[in-house]
Amino acid sequence: MLLEVENLTSHFFLDEGVLRAVDGISFDVNEGETVALVGESGCGKTIVALSLLNLIPSPGRVVGGRIVFNGEDLLQMEAERLREIRGGGIGMIFQEPGAALNPVFTIGSQISEVLRLHRGLNRREAEAEAIRLLGETGIPEPEKRIKAYPFEFSGGMRQRAVIAIAISGRPRLLIADEPTTALDTTVQAEIVDLLRYLQAQHKMAILLITHDMGVVAEMAERVMVMYTGKIVEVAGVCELFREPKHPYTSGLLNSIPRLGAGRKEPLRGIPGAVPDFLDLPSGCTFHPRCPIGDESCISEFPSLRSISPERKCACYKVEAG
Amino acid sequence: MSWYIIKRLIQAVPLLLGVATVTFLIVHLAPGDPMDMFLENRNLRNIDPEVIELIRQKYGLDQPLHVQYVKWLGNLLQGDLGESFEHRRPVSALLAEAIPYTLQLTALALLLDALVGIALGIFSAVKQYSVLDKTVTIGSLIIYSLPSFWLALMLVLVFSVNLGWFPTSQTRSLDYEFLSWFEKLADLAWHLVLPVFVLGIASAAGTARYMRSRLLEVLNEEYVLAARARGLKERAVILKHALRNALIPIITIYGLSLPFLLGGAVIIETIFAWPGMGRLAVLAIQARDYPVILATTMIAAVLTVIGNLVADVTYALVDPRVSYEKKKPV
Repeated sequence: MLLEVENLTSHFFLDEGVLRAVDGISFDVNEGETVALVGESGCGKTIVALSLLNLIPSPGRVVGGRIVFNGEDLLQMEAERLREIRGGGIGMIFQEPGAALNPVFTIGSQISEVLRLHRGLNRREAEAEAIRLLGETGIPEPEKRIKAYPFEFSGGMRQRAVIAIAISGRPRLLIADEPTTALDTTVQAEIVDLLRYLQAQHKMAILLITHDMGVVAEMAERVMVMYTGKIVEVAGVCELFREPKHPYTSGLLNSIPRLGAGRKEPLRGIPGAVPDFLDLPSGCTFHPRCPIGDESCISEFPSLRSISPERKCACYKVEAG
Repeated sequence: MSWYIIKRLIQAVPLLLGVATVTFLIVHLAPGDPMDMFLENRNLRNIDPEVIELIRQKYGLDQPLHVQYVKWLGNLLQGDLGESFEHRRPVSALLAEAIPYTLQLTALALLLDALVGIALGIFSAVKQYSVLDKTVTIGSLIIYSLPSFWLALMLVLVFSVNLGWFPTSQTRSLDYEFLSWFEKLADLAWHLVLPVFVLGIASAAGTARYMRSRLLEVLNEEYVLAARARGLKERAVILKHALRNALIPIITIYGLSLPFLLGGAVIIETIFAWPGMGRLAVLAIQARDYPVILATTMIAAVLTVIGNLVADVTYALVDPRVSYEKKKPV
């Protein structure tokens, strides 16, 4: 087991109250595996990613749980060791590739910085390796481009550069937070291909955070569905798409527009919106939007239980078996 | 880049001409001319009016304004700043004596401003809401709000008059000529402490506040979070990634503070009897010494233009996104 997360809880301490952005979630990621974490915008996915590196911005912080990476608990270790893991053991890709790159440093120097820090290369070795990494992530003429600044790159090229930085410390886990959301459709496909290629080359595990079910289908082996800071369903990607169990998962899958469905057929979204985290519905937080929920759902949040050997679901209306 | 600088310098010519014209008009339209002031200051009210008229003719003060203007401008364009009525010496010689004193003062004040202001701004932002941050924020507001002449007088009262630690004014001691070179240096530094402090500390207060807010803004940027996610040390995150971005607009402020420091020097130089440009200008205004007033104003205008240009050029040097050339995209 590469990553074991147990009962991870991250809160934001706001003037209006405590916002439970990540509310006691547990999951594993195996060596070399791709796990997707999906859910609507604002359900806490990015906070999970930042929690894994213990990097939640103030006034938030991880308040409980264990994050065991490679046998070590990230929440217990010294700051020095944690910095070795950030960028070294765990790499991270951000949603907005333009924003993740420092505008006043060249692409090459931002890659070299990580290479010198995590792999102890000297200036010249780092530059050669930066060129190789840019080439590997599919940037043409990398020996020229390392001298370019982020603003001189297109969105897709910036994301490639961000990926090059993320893999430069040879991480065993890559956290990809919405890696394709800010990109054109054609570029999205290229980035998905690139991530799959790099994963095979470097034998990395990927934690893919996205709300794009197409990307999930392309990349993930297992899927975790998140709602209001909790995981509500876990399943293999084929099982999940073929037969979603949780009504929220069904809703997500149903809201993907289908080609050939005809103009008459209305787009089906999930009614309502993600509730306010500071004022969550009682019991199962999904019940006000749920097509099959009833009075039995309003007292307590259902626990995530196994319904078959490989599947878990947190819903009173879903039978085991 | 050199084309850009040349273009900007050419553009500055009409601006400076405008400043020259407006200053000339204001100075000449102000009541009293050099002759009146000369006689007033020396209690020579009873002198024969014909003699006064002769002196007026000698200095060309009897001629119509536009004739005086054309003559003055013609000389200015040839690099001739004229002769001071009050000192009866070439204005260029007076400036050559005064400028080194002002530069000493303002360069050191600028240095103090940058070192103290930027350092305090960084501490304040990194330890936001700490005791240090609150002290810096409130302290800088108070210092920034104090008029510099009042602060200067208070410091003179406390440190010169009461404690006797620093001289009240002047640039050197009376026995300066008899000191060894090291003692001379120490004597100069001793005289510089109070004026440099007063001049530098108020702008340092402004710099600290600006630096703090800029750095806080930058620390919220995603590339700072991304730098931390790459495992960089907090020191590198702040002093390299965040600071480099936060400093860019500060550079503009410095370019623009060049004439400000000279403007501030007018008051400080007068209080500390510092024989620099500011004091020269104040004395010239009191004496209606037209050539000197016009020369000091023109120098301030030129400095403003140069300060702006330097700020813009440095901007392009430190921020790769700013370029004044038409470049082919990569």
